[in-house]
Amino acid sequence: MSASHRKAVRLSTPLDPVAVARLRCGQEVLLSGDVYTARDQAHRRFADLLKKNRRLPFDIRGQVLYYCGPTRTPPGRVIGACGPTTAGRMDPFMAPLLRQGLRAVIGKGRRSADVRRLLKRHKAVYLLATGGAGALLARHVTRRRPVCFADLGPEAVVRLTVKDFPLLVGIDSRGRDIFT
Amino acid sequence: MKITHARVREAVADLCVRANVVLRPDVTRALRTAQKTERNRRARLLLGQLLENARAAKSDRVAICQDTGLPVVFVGIGPDVDLRGLDLEGAVREGVKRGYRRGCLRDSIVRDPLRRDGGTHFSGCAIHYEMTASKGLSLTVLPKGFGCENKTQLRLFSPTAPREAIEDFIVACVRQAGPDACPPYVVGVGIGGASDTACLLSKQALLRPLTARARTASLRAMVRRVHKRLNATGIGPLGLGGDATALGVNILTHPTHIAGLPVCVNISCHALRSAHVRLT
Repeated sequence: MSASHRKAVRLSTPLDPVAVARLRCGQEVLLSGDVYTARDQAHRRFADLLKKNRRLPFDIRGQVLYYCGPTRTPPGRVIGACGPTTAGRMDPFMAPLLRQGLRAVIGKGRRSADVRRLLKRHKAVYLLATGGAGALLARHVTRRRPVCFADLGPEAVVRLTVKDFPLLVGIDSRGRDIFT
Repeated sequence: MKITHARVREAVADLCVRANVVLRPDVTRALRTAQKTERNRRARLLLGQLLENARAAKSDRVAICQDTGLPVVFVGIGPDVDLRGLDLEGAVREGVKRGYRRGCLRDSIVRDPLRRDGGTHFSGCAIHYEMTASKGLSLTVLPKGFGCENKTQLRLFSPTAPREAIEDFIVACVRQAGPDACPPYVVGVGIGGASDTACLLSKQALLRPLTARARTASLRAMVRRVHKRLNATGIGPLGLGGDATALGVNILTHPTHIAGLPVCVNISCHALRSAHVRLT
């Protein structure tokens, strides 16, 4: 790990648009700051709210969404396993969220050509976390606060404060994709 | 032998926690071997992260992956087991519930598959019963993550289909899964029986040790060919390129009808989790 960390880019939230635009596909990133968990059902609710011209439950401008539904928190720990889920299922929900100012998303796996175009248009990025490394990633979370949709259980939106969260740039703001 | 509700329940609860928190030793060994032989630098780094993750899970008592899966329980009932008066299914469901609570594992089950609501509090496991020749009550828990379960494919081949067609199908299944289901994969294949037999066999194939030998020499040759082809796809760890695309391939077969040849491919992510105990 140490050899790679030497050349990893350090990023912190709120994301600086210039720093985000400088990221290049394949680069290693260590992210510190706040990310919001959101997966299938939360995305559906975001989309419903925006369709009705209502506001999202939190200000998404410049923020990072993490496609993640953690396990419950074992006693004495900050969070349970919290790795990424498959990002492709969130593809149809990207456009309205990017219009609201979303700057980065974290997940695993391929995205559609549409998502590549949208990220390019909005100067946003798709970051990859290591799928199936939930216990390791949990060690990089320092704080966990509920935000909304508590009724969704593991799919509730939670704000995680992370430190040196290890990521790779999957799609950069020029629309270049690590998988293609 | 007489067996009690509490004994089954506690055994299943322990298995749920153990399966989700402690990575199978054969999977750990396969990851280590893959890391040693991997030529791609980033792939080696990712395999290192997966091994580190397994250590972190064990020492922090945290699940290996947040997708603690749909718990699939295999119950093998030996000839000496006296089940009179025992609600075996109730004991297993209660055990899953307790284990998932105790281990702070994720309740990923919705009660209604169409309305997608009403969490089940962990009772929505799948249970397969089998009458076995070996003594005692055998219990196995396989928490199946759904990123990879979604990549399952069943095909009903013509009985005259050549072996290569089946091998091509297995490779195509893995190619289609690509980077999405957390490679390097373990591939379980079920061949024969009726369509449901093939599906069940493909899942049972995941329970076998990764280095287990297939039943016949021709099956072993098939496993070798498929494994080699999978690792030549270049998908690699997390789909970011590399030599390690499959940690193992297991094929189970069953007699089938003269008119058919069902083949089911069930893929597991690298975090293949299962735990087993035999109560005697």
